[in-house]
Amino acid sequence: MAQDIEIVVEDPTAPDENSPAVTNTRTVELVVMALLLALAVLLGFDNWRTGASWDATGPEAGYFPFYLSVILGGAALYGLVTVAIKRTEGLETFVTRSQLRRVLQVFVPTLMFCLAMQWLGLYVASFLLISGFMAIIGKIAWWKSLLTAFIFVAIMFGTFDVAFDVIMPKGPLEAAFGR
Amino acid sequence: MEALGLLFHGFAVLFTWKILALMMVGLVLGIFVGVLPGLGGPNGVAILLPLTFSMDPTSAIVMLSCIYWGALFGGAITSILFNIPGEAWSVATTFDGYPMAQQGKAAEALTAAFTSSFIGSLVAVMLITFLAPSIAGFALKFGPPEFFAVYLLTFCSFVGLGREAKHKTVISMALGLLLAGVGLDTVSGQLRMTFGSNDLLRGVNFLVAVIGLFGISEILLTMEERLALRGHAARISLRTVWSVWKDLPKYWATLVRSSVIGCWLGITPGGAIAASFMGYNLAKRFSKEKESFGKGRIEGVFAPETAAHASGTAALLPMLALGIPGSGTAAILLGGLMVWGLNPGPLLFVEHKDFVWGLIASMYLGNVVGLVLVLTTVPIFASILRVPFAAIAPMIVVSCAIGAYAIQNAMFDIWLMLLFGVVGYVFKKIGIPLAPFTLALVLGSRAEDAFRLAMIGSGGDVKVFWSNGLVGSITTLAFVLLFWPLIDKAFEGIGRLRKPANA
Repeated sequence: MAQDIEIVVEDPTAPDENSPAVTNTRTVELVVMALLLALAVLLGFDNWRTGASWDATGPEAGYFPFYLSVILGGAALYGLVTVAIKRTEGLETFVTRSQLRRVLQVFVPTLMFCLAMQWLGLYVASFLLISGFMAIIGKIAWWKSLLTAFIFVAIMFGTFDVAFDVIMPKGPLEAAFGR
Repeated sequence: MEALGLLFHGFAVLFTWKILALMMVGLVLGIFVGVLPGLGGPNGVAILLPLTFSMDPTSAIVMLSCIYWGALFGGAITSILFNIPGEAWSVATTFDGYPMAQQGKAAEALTAAFTSSFIGSLVAVMLITFLAPSIAGFALKFGPPEFFAVYLLTFCSFVGLGREAKHKTVISMALGLLLAGVGLDTVSGQLRMTFGSNDLLRGVNFLVAVIGLFGISEILLTMEERLALRGHAARISLRTVWSVWKDLPKYWATLVRSSVIGCWLGITPGGAIAASFMGYNLAKRFSKEKESFGKGRIEGVFAPETAAHASGTAALLPMLALGIPGSGTAAILLGGLMVWGLNPGPLLFVEHKDFVWGLIASMYLGNVVGLVLVLTTVPIFASILRVPFAAIAPMIVVSCAIGAYAIQNAMFDIWLMLLFGVVGYVFKKIGIPLAPFTLALVLGSRAEDAFRLAMIGSGGDVKVFWSNGLVGSITTLAFVLLFWPLIDKAFEGIGRLRKPANA
């Protein structure tokens, strides 16, 4: 039978409830629609240059994507206009300062992980990401973080590189072990 | 009857130790993925797809589809015990499931959810067994105009029947179709939209996009929210299972209604979200005790779960028979078929019988095994939630990176995944749906090829899409669905005008 409140997980870095808004959804929607419109113009121009009409063999390479660019541009323009003329009171928050900080706490390490992967290989970069993230962001004891990261990376290596023969980027450590 | 014979052949293909073991691995991984907040069916399938690259197609698709079934089952655990819907289609399950758990009836609620998931899926799998071969056989007569018309029907029904703002669905779809065209044009050999980049010559791989859009963006979104959990624990006893099962005949109307709704919305791309809400709302409307819904009524668990799972499973019917997926996850599975060199669509039933019938048989077996597995292991899977998210998040990021890299062994794809992660995060927050994008990215080049071949055949005359009864009906239906909201409003207007006149 069910017992109340048996599983409890605390969040040491929970976002502040009263954090101020960084931006609202309307502003972000305006920016996204403008970017999509610009992308549609860019792709439309490129497809026009490639050839967006008919030749002796049928539709040219840019024909189908050109008209898709027109559709994308039209929808983005519609979105831009509808958001721009929307009433401005009671705007919905897109992200609060506290939420943004937490999003960046994942995004920045992920970015650094992608960069590190190029020089250190996937497995070393993964070990650094998992152990560092658990210890620094999650405030989990270092020994637990290092052990968890090591076990996870070892399982990944065993699964992908050894059992399934999926070759991943390697760095100096793997080279030192002759792999 | 022929279908039954082929189905038995499918079971024969399936009954090897290797495939049965992969099925179990898939189900366990799937339930794990379903239980973890921030992950779900499409993400799990996309992230774990690289595991299957070195397998034969039958083993691979069996494992992937079992990940999907497992994720569908696992989602109910968090919805009922923690009031956290792992997927949007689990939202309706929380309405009555969580109150039941609060009243100490978590085991009953979970049994009801798993059982109804099983019933919904079973009805849809039976539909696939008996209908898919006939549809595929019929589709063998299709030429390029018919195929393009079917693609158009899919795209238009997403726009017309979707719950999101229409222009946002159009944006999502057009963007997906455009990205599908990046790289070398296979017909003319010309480069398109590469802007001199060697990396873009290969095009934008849809799996890379999906891993970023679903995997990375979910991590960003989940981190944004408070991750403290407080919930219930439940162990399901045989007595509880029996007490729920013996009452099942009382709810036959709800189960049948929800199964029909689910199958219908799965085949037409209405989706599991719409199906679960529609199932719940109709159960409430037809109930004699409407006011008890939302307060812990078992019917409120049966209805959305049956509909959502019937829909999720039925979405595989058009994927197998026509090569057109009915949902985001089906689109990812379809991408998997292409990775293994299979051409999804009607020819699959002729050229790869072992594969198709093995997959259909695995749907039956996967659901039975999945049901037994979840009923017996709920406490273990619920305890996964005790693991802090700070440990799970970087592991998911690493799994996503492995998945994205393994597809083409390209570092560029890792960056692309990250970019799509940010795009997915922003799109989800401003309400641009991602399922049409995935669908368009998968079907884009096939739709373009069908369009070009049809147009070349007709010398550029668009009337080719109305050149016979079949293609004409499909194209017309596509436009009806595209403008359905307007047509619906017009009917409403006429109805309102008539009322005072009659009065």
